[in-house]
Amino acid sequence: MATTTLRREMEYVAPTRQRVMGGIFVAAGLIIWWFFSRAVEPDAVTKFGMTSGGLKSTMPDLVIPTQLTLNILAIACVALGIYQLARPQGFGRRTNLVLGLVAAMFVLAFLTWAAAGKSLNLAGLFNSTLSKAVPLTLGALSGILCERAGVINIAIEGMMLMGAMTGALVGSITGSLWIGLLAAVLSGLVLGLVHGVLAIKYKTNQIISGTAINIFATGLTSYVSARFMQSYQELNNPGTFGPWEIPGLSSIPFFGPILFNNNVFVYSMFIFLFLIQFGLFYTRWGLRHRAVGEHPRAADTLGINVFRTRYIAVFLGSMMAGFAGGYFTLGAVGRFDEVMTAGRGFISLAAMLFGNYMPFGAFGAGLLFGFTDALATRLAILGVRIPSQFLLMTPYIVTMVVLAGVVGRAQVPAADGVPYEKEGG
Amino acid sequence: MGEEKLPTEKDTRNSKNAGKVLQEELLREATGGHPPHVSRMRRIIRALAIPVLAIFTALVIGGIFIVLTTPEFYAAWKVSPIEGLKEGWNILVTAYSALFTGAIGDPQKMIAALQSGNPLAIRKAFYPFFESLVASTPYIFGGLSVALGFRAGLFNIGAEGQIFIGAIFAAFVGYAVKGLPGIIHMPLAFLAGAVGGGIWGMIPGWLKARTGAHEVINTIMMNYIAFRLSDWLLTGLMKRPDSPNPVSPTIENSAKFFRFFGEPIRFHLGFFVALFVAWLVYWFLFKTRWGFDLRTVGSNPRAARYAGMSVSAMIILAMTLAGALAGMAGGNEVLGLNYNLAMAFSSGYGFDSIALALLGNSHPLGVVLAALLFGFLRNGATSMQLKAGIPIDIISIFQALVLVFIATPAIIRTIYRLKAPAEGEGGIMVTGWGGN
Repeated sequence: MATTTLRREMEYVAPTRQRVMGGIFVAAGLIIWWFFSRAVEPDAVTKFGMTSGGLKSTMPDLVIPTQLTLNILAIACVALGIYQLARPQGFGRRTNLVLGLVAAMFVLAFLTWAAAGKSLNLAGLFNSTLSKAVPLTLGALSGILCERAGVINIAIEGMMLMGAMTGALVGSITGSLWIGLLAAVLSGLVLGLVHGVLAIKYKTNQIISGTAINIFATGLTSYVSARFMQSYQELNNPGTFGPWEIPGLSSIPFFGPILFNNNVFVYSMFIFLFLIQFGLFYTRWGLRHRAVGEHPRAADTLGINVFRTRYIAVFLGSMMAGFAGGYFTLGAVGRFDEVMTAGRGFISLAAMLFGNYMPFGAFGAGLLFGFTDALATRLAILGVRIPSQFLLMTPYIVTMVVLAGVVGRAQVPAADGVPYEKEGG
Repeated sequence: MGEEKLPTEKDTRNSKNAGKVLQEELLREATGGHPPHVSRMRRIIRALAIPVLAIFTALVIGGIFIVLTTPEFYAAWKVSPIEGLKEGWNILVTAYSALFTGAIGDPQKMIAALQSGNPLAIRKAFYPFFESLVASTPYIFGGLSVALGFRAGLFNIGAEGQIFIGAIFAAFVGYAVKGLPGIIHMPLAFLAGAVGGGIWGMIPGWLKARTGAHEVINTIMMNYIAFRLSDWLLTGLMKRPDSPNPVSPTIENSAKFFRFFGEPIRFHLGFFVALFVAWLVYWFLFKTRWGFDLRTVGSNPRAARYAGMSVSAMIILAMTLAGALAGMAGGNEVLGLNYNLAMAFSSGYGFDSIALALLGNSHPLGVVLAALLFGFLRNGATSMQLKAGIPIDIISIFQALVLVFIATPAIIRTIYRLKAPAEGEGGIMVTGWGGN
C-alpha cells in the first residue's frame, strides 16, 4: 500500500525533478566553460594515449585541441539542458540516460582539461578501471544473488577477505593457482553456510549475522596471516593468473587490448554477468528465485520450497564473493595482506544498490566506482589540485544520493531481509 | 525502499479498536513485556543466562582454535594422543593465563610491590588493570551509541565513522583553541567531539526520516566518507607541520583529560565521564518522556504513531544522539590517551560496539559491563600476543562468536538444553532494507 502512495508522490514531483535535471545539465555545461575552457591556453593540445603501456600499439595517440573540445562539450551540455527545460516533459523517461551522457561528457571535459599540454594514457586509465571494477562487480553479483531471494548479505566484505586469504594460502601450499581459486570459492561457501543457517534456519537478524561474519573473517584472516603467512613467506606466494590474449579480438583498435587481454577473473566476470542476467530473468529457476525474494508466501503456496531456494541463493552468492576475494590475491597482488580488501565488499554493496539489483546495472556501477578509483591515482601525476580523497568519496556519496531517491529509487526485493515463517508449521 | 511498517492515516481511521491496541501496546512497553508474576531474581538469572553462556562458549571455542593453530600441538599429538592433549592443555593455560595477567595484572607481582612499598613498582604492578579500564572507556561510549540506536529500532553501524569525526572535532578544538583554562577547554573539546559525531549520525537519521533510505547502508557509506575525510585532513589542513607522518598537532595541555596516577598508568578522567554518560543515557531512556517516545518508536512504531508521536523526529533524534555518543568515544581517545589524531587510531571500536551493545541487551548498565569485559579482553589479548605469540586478532573471532550466540539464543539453548522462554523474546527488530 505504501508503495503506491510513494509512486503517486513521485509522479507528482516529477515536473520539479525534470526542471532540476535541466538545471544540472546547463550547470555542467557552464562549469566546463567557466572553469575548464577559460583556464587553458588557446593553442594548447591534449594528448590521449590509446594503448596501455607495455602492449603493442593498436592505435596511434589521439591529439586534440583542448579549448575547442571543451567548448563543444560545454555547448552540448547546455543544449541538452535547454531542451530539457523548454519541453514540459523534457526527455521524459530517458532523463536518467541523458544524465549519464552529460556526466560522461563532464568527465571527458575534466580529463581533457587536466591533461592540457600533457599526455594522459586513456587506454591505461580504462584498463585499470576495468580491473578495479572486477572485484566490485563480482561482489555486487554476490549481493544480487542473495538479496534477489530475500536474504540480505552485508558479509560480502568478510567473504572476500576469506577467499583472498584461503586462495593465497592454498595456492601457495599446493603450488596450483586453480586449486587455490577453488579453495577461495569454497571458503566463501563455508561462511555462506553459516550465514544461511543463521538467517534462514535460526531467523537471526541478517544484518547482525552479516556483521558477525565480517568481524569473524577479519579476525581469522588477520590471525592466520600474523601467525603463519608473515613468518613463512613460502605460504604466501601463490603467484597470479597471467593474461590470456584472445587472438584476433585483441587487435581491435583501442578496445581490443583492454577487453581481450585479461586474466581469468575478467573473462569470468563477463560470463557470470550474462549467466546471471539470463538466469534471473529468462529461466524458471530465476523466476522462482525472485518470487521467493518478493513474496515468499505466494511462492510457497505455489509449491516452491522457500527455504531451499534461499539456501541455494546464499550458497551461490557466497561462492561468488569467495571468487571475488580470490581476485585480490590470485588475480592482482599475488600475496595476502591483512584487511587487503579495504572496504571493497561494502562498495560492492553500494554498486549492487546503485545498479538497482540488476547484473549489468551493477557492472555499470562497478565501472563507475572503478573509474573514480583509477582516476584518483592519476590525479597527482597530472598535477591536478583536487585531493584524491574526494574522488574516492564519490562512490559513497553517489550511493547515498541514489538511496535518497534523487535519481530514481532502487527497487528493493519486497521480502529482502525478512525471514520466512511457514504458516501453521 | 522507504516504506515504514506504519499504518497510513487511512488505516488509522479505519481501525475501530485503535484505542484498545494502543492501550495494550503501551502497557506492554511500560512493563517491559514481562508478566508481573515472575520474580525479580528469576528474571535477572534468566536475563544473565544467555550472555554468560555465550561468553563461556566463545572462550571455549576460541581456546580450541588457539590449540589447533599451534604447531607444537601437532608435534606432540604425533608422539601420542595423550601427549597431544597435555600439550594442548599447556598451550591453553599459557594463552589464557597471559590473557588474565595482561588484563588484571599478576597477583604475585601486585603483592610483592605492595610489600616493597615502592610507588613506581606498585604502579607498574597495577598497570594492566588500569590499562584495561582505559581500553574499556571508548567501548562504553561506542556501546551506548549502538544501544541507543537499537532502542529506537535503528542499526547504527556507523559508530566507527562517527568516532573518527568526533576525534577530528575534539582534536581541532584541542590544538587550535589556545589560552583557555582547563576547566573550560577540556569540556569544550570533548563536547566538540560529541557535536562532530552527532552531525555524522544526524545525516543518516535525517535521510531515513525524510526519504526512508536505510540507515545501515547510509551509515556504512558515512564510515568510508569519514575515513577519506580524515585522511585528507591529516595529510593537509590538520597535518602537523614538523612531522612527515599524517598526524595532527598535539593538543594543548588545558584540553587534556586529567590522569589520576603517575607514569606508566594512563587511567584518566574519561572513564568516569563514560560512567556518567551511561547514567545519563539510562536516565534519558527510562525516565524522560522523550526517552519513552524513542523506545516506543523502536519497539512498536505502529503504537507510537497511534499515540501521536513523531516517528521522524524520534529517528533523527536517536541517530543524532547515537552519533554524539560515538563522537565522545573519539574525543575520549584524543583528549585522554593519544593527545593527537593519527590515522587508524580507532582500530575497530565502532564495529566491536555492535557486539557489546547486543551483549549488554541495549541497556546502559549491560553496556557498561559488556564494555568492561571487552576492554579487559582487548588489553589482555595484547599481552597474550607478546607472551604466548597468539595474534591479537583472536579477540575479533571471539567477539564474532559472542555476537552470533547473543543474536541467536537458540544455539546456546540447544547446546545447554535450556528451556525456551514462554513468550517470544524481545530480540532485535528484524527489518529489511526497506524498513518493512
